[in-house]
Amino acid sequence: MILTAITLGFILEKVILVSIILGGSLGIAMYSTWAERKVAAVMQDRRGPNRAGPFGLFQPLADGLKLFMKEEIIPTLSNKFLFILGPSLAMLMACMTSAVIPWGPNIVHADGSVFTLQVADINIGILFIFGVVSLGVYGIMLGSWASNNKYSLLSGLRAAAQAVSYELAMGLSLIALVMMSGSLSMREIVEQQHGFWNNGYFTWNFFKQPLAFVIFIVCSFAELNRAPFDLSECESELVGGYHTEFSSMKLGFYLFAEYINMFITSIILSSLFFGGYNYPGMDWVALHVSPLFVSIIGVLVLLGKAVAFILFFMFIRWTLPRFRYDQLMDLGWKSLIPLALFNMLVTGAIILAFQK
Amino acid sequence: MNIYQITFWILSLFTLAFAIGVIMSRNPINSVLFLILTFFCISGHYVLMNAQFLAIVNIIVYAGAIMVLFLFVIMLMNLNSDTEPQKNFLVQFAGVVSGGALLLIMVAAIKSSLTGLEGKNIDLINSTDIGLIKNLGTVLFTTYVFPFEIASVLFLSAMVGAVVLGKKDSALKTAE
Amino acid sequence: MILLEAFSTPVNYFPILIQLVLAIGFVIVMMGATHLLGPKRKTTDKLENFECGIEQEGNARQPLAVKYFLVAILFVLFDVEVIFFYPYAINFRELGWNGFIAVVMFVAFFILGFTYIIKKGALNWED
Repeated sequence: MILTAITLGFILEKVILVSIILGGSLGIAMYSTWAERKVAAVMQDRRGPNRAGPFGLFQPLADGLKLFMKEEIIPTLSNKFLFILGPSLAMLMACMTSAVIPWGPNIVHADGSVFTLQVADINIGILFIFGVVSLGVYGIMLGSWASNNKYSLLSGLRAAAQAVSYELAMGLSLIALVMMSGSLSMREIVEQQHGFWNNGYFTWNFFKQPLAFVIFIVCSFAELNRAPFDLSECESELVGGYHTEFSSMKLGFYLFAEYINMFITSIILSSLFFGGYNYPGMDWVALHVSPLFVSIIGVLVLLGKAVAFILFFMFIRWTLPRFRYDQLMDLGWKSLIPLALFNMLVTGAIILAFQK
Repeated sequence: MNIYQITFWILSLFTLAFAIGVIMSRNPINSVLFLILTFFCISGHYVLMNAQFLAIVNIIVYAGAIMVLFLFVIMLMNLNSDTEPQKNFLVQFAGVVSGGALLLIMVAAIKSSLTGLEGKNIDLINSTDIGLIKNLGTVLFTTYVFPFEIASVLFLSAMVGAVVLGKKDSALKTAE
Repeated sequence: MILLEAFSTPVNYFPILIQLVLAIGFVIVMMGATHLLGPKRKTTDKLENFECGIEQEGNARQPLAVKYFLVAILFVLFDVEVIFFYPYAINFRELGWNGFIAVVMFVAFFILGFTYIIKKGALNWED
């Protein structure tokens, strides 16, 4: 009765969708490394990668190939199984977050069948993302401990303490958003931000919950271990951070996982706060082009917003200096958590007061 | 046997295998990893029972928070040797007796809980919507609002306990 | 209504399993490929842990500051409290002011504990 909906066609459809999403996010992550170096170069008045192909566009491919061809080194004193498990887990968790993201409007065929551009439309989508994010810390902890290197272990500890601290503020900041939407389903939250302007007010959540957005984006910087919160890999204190001992594709996994996470975080930020695949004038477009193109435009709009966020992450990295560890902990625990609680209560009181 | 029951049996098999792995592995880190896998399987069971909120909370709280704490403690306790200290005979005997007693109680509890369910279709039992977050929230904040408030007092005491234990150490260090 | 029912069955979680299987397969293939492709010229010096060029001294796995444990314990407590807010946030329009007062009381205890932690200096990293 329950599982009758699973047919071979359904499985095939999902396998294709998942493969496209995984491949796509990997490709975007690869080109994020290129973009990062180009952005750094532009901001520091340099040229950046420009030898491999036009504008250095083949640089990520060369980097990937290089990582494959490097010798795999597992230190004698390390725990071999955990040493391999660490980067694998980091990569696995980076690949799992994308499962609940609605990538575009549903494609409705002429015969009434619906093709959803979302792997799994579950009604606890936001909590699923939190679940995966909370597991992301294992990759770093296990990898750093397994190396049996003092710098790695310190860095892993720092990263773990930082990640768990900011997870709290992240979870709290979204409660105000959930109060407004009344749903935890990503699809429904995005659908509620339909268009751009409705009944004399913006539909996007950013305009309704600016404080929640600010808290959330600060926490995403910390969860991604990106500057100015890259305490876990500050080369001036900890050599290379938690991946000091890793080589070949194991190092590549840690680096790529970070960039995939950055891409997925950008997608989540644009879905939750900036309307996802919604854009101004989308109703007019829907009337004038075929449904397939409506979906494709929706996906492109979402990707465009994500690229804007990725560039924002990169600009911040090359602009702000690194925090000190006690400042980082103070910001997380003593500023963001009370602020998010305050935001939650005020939102609740206002909505209840104006409710008919 | 429908596909639901097949899933249930496969999942149960994995759950038990991982749970046995927790107590059989000599390295405490491996035990923790097995325990995390066990929690995942239990979450799978929750999903099969349509208790989706519980499934994800099980992952966030147990696998994502409590196990991180366990890992913190185990990793920093200098447990390099894989061997467990050998317990003496009396301890082993006490362990067998208490484990056996627990097994007896659980078998009895499961048997008594099954009496009302005989002859019912398992699909019917599992298609309830009580585990969905919407229904759970309604019940929690109306019928069970008092236990909910009591829980916050419990958290308060746990916080105080953690701070007292954690800060005592550093206070001693500064006194020395 | 049909959509709503389809919304809340275990079938919705099946694609996540597909994604998990594909992701695990991808990770295993990549790990295997890098294991096979790279050169293997191992020497004892190469396989030693990096310690800024000097020989490794002692073991890395030593007991560390208790603050990290404290952060982890407080995280577990706060995490459970945050989880409690989600069922409320979903239902809070229907629950009205009664539910709000219940949550305000809950938050009051939360803040009481929080101020205690801060007053005791448990979150002061430098002391």
